Amino acid sequence: MPDSPGLELIAGELRDAHPDSVLATYHEHDQACLIVDPEQVLDVLRWLRDTPGQRYDFLSSLHGVDYLPAAPRFGVVYELLNRDRVERLRVRAALPDPAANGDGADALPAIDSCVELFPTAEFHEREVYDFFGIVFRGHPDLRRILLPEVYVGWPHRRDFPIGGEPVIFTHDERIVPGWTE
Amino acid sequence: MSLPLAEVGFAEATWIMVVKSIVIFLVVFMIVPVLTVVERKLIGRFQNRYGPNRVGPVGLMQPVADILKLAGKQVLHPSASVPLLYAIGPALVIFSGITTIAILPFGNVKDGVGFYGIDVSIGVLYFFAFGSLAFYGLLLSGWASGSKYSFLGAMRSAAQLISYEISMGLALLGAIMMAGSLSLVSIVEAQGTIWYVIPQIVGFLIFMVAGFAETNRAPFDLPEADAELVQGFQTEYGGTRFGSFLLAEYLEMFVVSGIATAFFLGGWMGPGPGWLDPIWMIVKILALIFVFIWVRATLPRLRYDQLMSLGWKMLLPLATLNVLVTAVLVVVT
Amino acid sequence: MPTGGGGDTPADLPAETAATVVGSSPIERTEAGAAAGAEQELMTVNMGPHHPATHGVLRLLVSLQGEVVIDLKPIIGYLHTGIEKSCEDQSYWKVIPFVERMDYLSYFSNMQAYCGAVETLLELELPPRAQYLRVIHLELNRIHSHLVWLGTSALDLGAISMFWYCFRERDKILDLFEMSSGQRMHTRYFQVGGVFEDIPAGFERKVREFCADMVVRLEQYRALLDRNEIFLRRTKGVGIVSRERLLELGVTGPLLRAAGEPWDLRRAQPDLCYADLDFKIPVGTVGDGYDRYRVRLQEMRESVRIIEQCLDGLPEGPFVADDRKVVLPPRDELSISMEALIHHFKLVTEGFRVPPGEAYYPVESPRGELGAFVLADGSAKPARVHIRDPSFVHMQALREMCVGGYIADLISNLAMLDPILGGVDR
Repeated sequence: MPDSPGLELIAGELRDAHPDSVLATYHEHDQACLIVDPEQVLDVLRWLRDTPGQRYDFLSSLHGVDYLPAAPRFGVVYELLNRDRVERLRVRAALPDPAANGDGADALPAIDSCVELFPTAEFHEREVYDFFGIVFRGHPDLRRILLPEVYVGWPHRRDFPIGGEPVIFTHDERIVPGWTE
Repeated sequence: MSLPLAEVGFAEATWIMVVKSIVIFLVVFMIVPVLTVVERKLIGRFQNRYGPNRVGPVGLMQPVADILKLAGKQVLHPSASVPLLYAIGPALVIFSGITTIAILPFGNVKDGVGFYGIDVSIGVLYFFAFGSLAFYGLLLSGWASGSKYSFLGAMRSAAQLISYEISMGLALLGAIMMAGSLSLVSIVEAQGTIWYVIPQIVGFLIFMVAGFAETNRAPFDLPEADAELVQGFQTEYGGTRFGSFLLAEYLEMFVVSGIATAFFLGGWMGPGPGWLDPIWMIVKILALIFVFIWVRATLPRLRYDQLMSLGWKMLLPLATLNVLVTAVLVVVT
Repeated sequence: MPTGGGGDTPADLPAETAATVVGSSPIERTEAGAAAGAEQELMTVNMGPHHPATHGVLRLLVSLQGEVVIDLKPIIGYLHTGIEKSCEDQSYWKVIPFVERMDYLSYFSNMQAYCGAVETLLELELPPRAQYLRVIHLELNRIHSHLVWLGTSALDLGAISMFWYCFRERDKILDLFEMSSGQRMHTRYFQVGGVFEDIPAGFERKVREFCADMVVRLEQYRALLDRNEIFLRRTKGVGIVSRERLLELGVTGPLLRAAGEPWDLRRAQPDLCYADLDFKIPVGTVGDGYDRYRVRLQEMRESVRIIEQCLDGLPEGPFVADDRKVVLPPRDELSISMEALIHHFKLVTEGFRVPPGEAYYPVESPRGELGAFVLADGSAKPARVHIRDPSFVHMQALREMCVGGYIADLISNLAMLDPILGGVDR
């Protein structure tokens, strides 16, 4: 893990390379995190991956988080790893909710897909889309991955209720029309 | 109409023919259910478990329960199947299995009764002719099922049967040359001094390997490879039709073991009085069937291309060489 | 007509065939594949979700040209149970049984990842005995998982007996789990701060007996498979993906190590007491099915060594952290201490609160990096639990392993990939 000053150094260099890319940093429980501008997340990831001395070239995980009461509501979290130094760095793209900004209730937050940088992100991004309704621009095959294709709603959002799901069986077809299509 | 279908050596009364066909048929048909339970028991033992032991004493009634269960199943036709061919497939397979039993010799002529169904002078050709009919059954049932897995399985079985039939025939050719006859009875009688398994060890091994492929048994069970093709050509079958395939598999195993016994293991010959002959034959067949089961419990499955290359690049040249060497030796001595 | 042809194969296949098959909804793709099949002698087979060799409810959309796999698309989600969402409605200590049920063969790893993340958030130190007990169970779990893998993989290759031999040993491990925790699977043995209970008397002896037995058994497995010409032919040179590509695809664990990359979180980023233990990391050379088999077999051997070392060095002391705000007080204190009673009541009804923050805690599960991401909002329930499951990530590598090979190799590759659909779909 980069320590606290190390994290600030990374953030400083990133700000030099890509102005206004890093919104904030935090370092807690020995884990370092960069909170970045979602519009520049590809630049940040590419910089972290390719810059000599950084080389966070392994994407361990990518997941979505819903910080509902907080201001930029969504976070797309990239868990980067440098395998030579065994250092992990969390990059969080802070995504505002367009629905809250008056873009209509169906507006989905969008962010650039990092599949070109990290091919492993393909399934992860589909999962985040599936659960949070975050659209990844440029993803090769952005469809629901774990839920049925006709599913309505983004179940991992904090305002999505738990329970009350109709259980889909073949004999339910009349009650839940259209799921077989 | 007096043209004989085959030269039968001597004439028997018709009623004798009928009675002995029924006897042979019944004996073999009684052996098959026992074989299923023996296989399951043996495989269970190989695998460190009991096998069936609930139905009847030590599970011996298991086949009865199995048959009742299979017979009680509804006969399903997949909507994509071709009904008539779908029904004919299993019938053909079982027909081919049963007809080949006729030439298995369980003893020579005693008191004017030959201990065999029929002693045709074309012996081994008869076996190949009727044995190959099974291939049409597999192909038809696989194709007519209307399922992709069945289709792939049928394709595999067609290719496999054709490739291995040749090696099988060549493997027997050595023994035929040594005996100087195609009739199975004459071939067994020719082994009075020495069983052909010793001079024809190569032929025996090739025949057994090809026999595994002929009967679709592990490690050559690609047509019904359950990991890849679910159940291959029998995927869509159920009930008694599925049971027919099962029955045919054991019948074929019995026939292949029987042919191997007649050609290489001295057929019915063994110590003891003459009435023990059929017993000896059956004991030898069961010993070979044990090998079938043993191999199934041990070996993984070959891949399709490896199966083909084994058949064409290994067994066929080896069998040809065996025939050539035998021919030279037979002429020289 | 059963198929769109498929027996005979045309001489060459246009490169865009694969492109026509990907990139739309799965149902459309089935039709596209079928249409392509009619024209180009391709056969689209829908393997799964109920197929004997897909290790659960995986569905593979396979385009075949004769027996050769032209394209493959995994379709997952048939086992999705919304565990991550359910976790958000449970207090922290009640989440543990949920995460266990994701990857149902490496439940201890799931527990360790989740508990580790919560402990990171609480900044809770584990007593040494708890660490050793956790490692013993984690490594038993690794052997258990690899045994199931070995048995089912051999079954997929047609060696039916291996399955039973492996499950015989697996059952002994389950007996051990039952002894220490009362449950055979999904033990909920780990809890935040340590383990649920100290090991019972006689457990150590039983584990030692098992370890001694396991060494012999491993040699027997090797004797059955390693000198088996058919097994070697089926696995050698099959499903090779380069090490660089595997890293790009995020593959970790035995699959990556088989390709020659000695990356093991137990060594690279040791948690618990792994730093004190002496064990080797088996590494393959080319990364074919055979290397994957050898690496896993050797890992079982190393796990046995780890367990033996842990038993030798098992320290005395408490088995759970002494933090009354998080850990239930001992039973006997309840009748004499009012404070303990209050703590007990609070912990059982509300659960403990975790200060706001987020943590990602990776562990080396039997299949690779298993990471738990936990977001705490200060309440007694986690705001988000996400498990990065290795099987989910590895599923992306299946296509590259299989395209161009035979359909039989597809099965062996899938077996060597060792996906657990409970973990893939969560």
